[in-house]
Amino acid sequence: MKRILPGHGSGGRLMNDLINNTIRSRFGTDALQLDDAAVLDLPAGRIAFTTDTFTITPVFFPGGDIGRLAVNGTVNDLAVMGAVPRAMSCGLIIEEGFPLENLEKILDSMAREAEKAGVRIVTGDTKVVPHGKADGIFINTSGIGVFEEAPVRGEIRPGDRIIISGTIGDHGMAVMATRQNLSFAGNLRSDCAHLNHLIAAVLKEHRGDIRFMRDPTRGGVASVLNEIVSCVRVSAMLAEEDLPVTEEVRGLSEILGIEPLYSANEGKVLMVADPAAAESIVGIMRSMEHGEHAAIIGEINEEFPGKAYLATSIGGRRILPLLTEEQLPRIC
Amino acid sequence: MMNSELLKQLADRLKNLKLEKEIRVMEVCGTHTTEFFRSGVRDIFPKNLTLIDGPGCPVCVTTNGYLDRAIEIAKKHGPVLATFGDMVKVPSSYSSLNRERAEGMNVEVIYSPMNALEMAAKDPAREIVFLSVGFETTAPLEAVTVREAKKRGIGNFSILSGNKLTVPAVKALLELGEVKIDGFIIPGHVSAVIGAGAWREIPEKYGRPCVISGFEPQDLVTGSLAIVDLVRSGKNILINDYPRVVTEKGNEKAREILDEVFEPCDAEWRGIGVIPGSGLAMRPEYAAFDAEKKFPVSVPEPREHRGCRCGELLRGLILPPECGLFGKACTPEEPVGPCMVSAEGPCSAYYKYWRHT
Repeated sequence: MKRILPGHGSGGRLMNDLINNTIRSRFGTDALQLDDAAVLDLPAGRIAFTTDTFTITPVFFPGGDIGRLAVNGTVNDLAVMGAVPRAMSCGLIIEEGFPLENLEKILDSMAREAEKAGVRIVTGDTKVVPHGKADGIFINTSGIGVFEEAPVRGEIRPGDRIIISGTIGDHGMAVMATRQNLSFAGNLRSDCAHLNHLIAAVLKEHRGDIRFMRDPTRGGVASVLNEIVSCVRVSAMLAEEDLPVTEEVRGLSEILGIEPLYSANEGKVLMVADPAAAESIVGIMRSMEHGEHAAIIGEINEEFPGKAYLATSIGGRRILPLLTEEQLPRIC
Repeated sequence: MMNSELLKQLADRLKNLKLEKEIRVMEVCGTHTTEFFRSGVRDIFPKNLTLIDGPGCPVCVTTNGYLDRAIEIAKKHGPVLATFGDMVKVPSSYSSLNRERAEGMNVEVIYSPMNALEMAAKDPAREIVFLSVGFETTAPLEAVTVREAKKRGIGNFSILSGNKLTVPAVKALLELGEVKIDGFIIPGHVSAVIGAGAWREIPEKYGRPCVISGFEPQDLVTGSLAIVDLVRSGKNILINDYPRVVTEKGNEKAREILDEVFEPCDAEWRGIGVIPGSGLAMRPEYAAFDAEKKFPVSVPEPREHRGCRCGELLRGLILPPECGLFGKACTPEEPVGPCMVSAEGPCSAYYKYWRHT
């Protein structure tokens, strides 16, 4: 088996081979520029710029891999601001001895996702660290998006509806199941996906109706809601009965004692929107790929200012607290 | 699973109960403490129905002295301490496992006693001491583990037993007589092992009605309705509202295994003191696996934390927000007492779910 050697990051011939034969051939010789920095032609005006580093273990999991995650994570961070993702970078930190074949699989999956999302990988970097100094592979992606209109951020008001584009908690649970080697959880899959097309379709009709968008990754839906209401005089109410959660996720969450509302998603967008537009937004999401199970899951009110809470199935209420500690390390 | 329409009707009945006088119900079990909040059932309690948290969270009732001993054992004899995660953050008299680990003590968080046994089997050169803290629910599994260690001849494994029995604790609270309790919600998991019959003397001898309850929202709603009904009608009986899991005699097999490895002993509970026959010590036949005998240490006089009212809380005398430290000097990030640490601790549940209205 061919493996990554220290020389692959040394600046010499091995590295050139890796870049030309393994990386550039996948990301496109037109797209990936070899100069010190990529030069981009972008429309005048404001841009969105984001960065994210991926350290997930295991690097291959049901429904995705670290490469797919790295592209989609950055695409989604741009898309939820209302920006159109245009270009991104790919920084690789690879542990000596990492199978070349696995690197190729990861790069294939990055190239495929980037193409589907319509974003180009224009610049990159490769470092190899000695055996034991990293866990297989870490990837950093930074991305640039352009605004066709102003960023989507507005004042949240009582009555606004909370919308999710699909089932909750899939990614975190799928990774946990793989890590714990839980064979019965065979149907669990990460929801890892790029959301820019779905978001663009919603924005086309409802840009002015959306107050806030976020992809609820680490910490899940509950943590994002806490963030939204933490500095305003409103609360976020979720209706337990309306939460889309798969049977598999529900089952595993009970075993692990981790609620789906706190489990990470990697292909979902949470929106806070004008009540009059909510049904239509859900309709648009459901017509799109990755949006089939979109639903209105709650609303903004003034019941417990600064807090997120759950209206339970028996008609009681309970606070959804901000967690003290990360429940699942290394899930993205 | 109960039909959701029916469940809503029952929940409405609970919500709309008109209680002339206060009814004080103690939920003994830590899982109930949390689930009453999480399901929202506590939120729909009618006026005058008060839920008091009892001594049913194993980490909470464990004394500082137990942790002091564990730390001394590790310091003097150098074994690895294998423990459930909750225990790591609990302050001992002078330190905590967390703090000791930062100083280099070997503390490993595990998910089951079997994990600890496998650690020992894998590396015979390392002594493993499992911090065994729990009730009738978990103790049989620990007994199985010890039996397995003996069978496989794994000599570098031992446990420090802090296991306790729930019925003697409930009786002790009633005998103290300092707190008004009108009835009990009895833990379903414990009862699955010891049997419904084990609780019968609480209504019959102590005159307090009991309802054995499961942990789903419907169990909590029907359990609450049932205990209110018993208190109001003055019927001192035990109702098993969890028959799908709990039988009259319980799990005899589990109790046999428990009996084989452990024997009842007097045990000290945080806040309550020594309760006769409420602990589980290892039988002499298993002395080789008893960390207390295997690693003798002298433990400094235990010390309580200033201002911490965990003891009064566990006796049902106060609710968490009545403690001056609650949410101020004592938080899940910087806990002073164990009730703020454990996932099943009343303070931790109140801190997370209680509405500060």
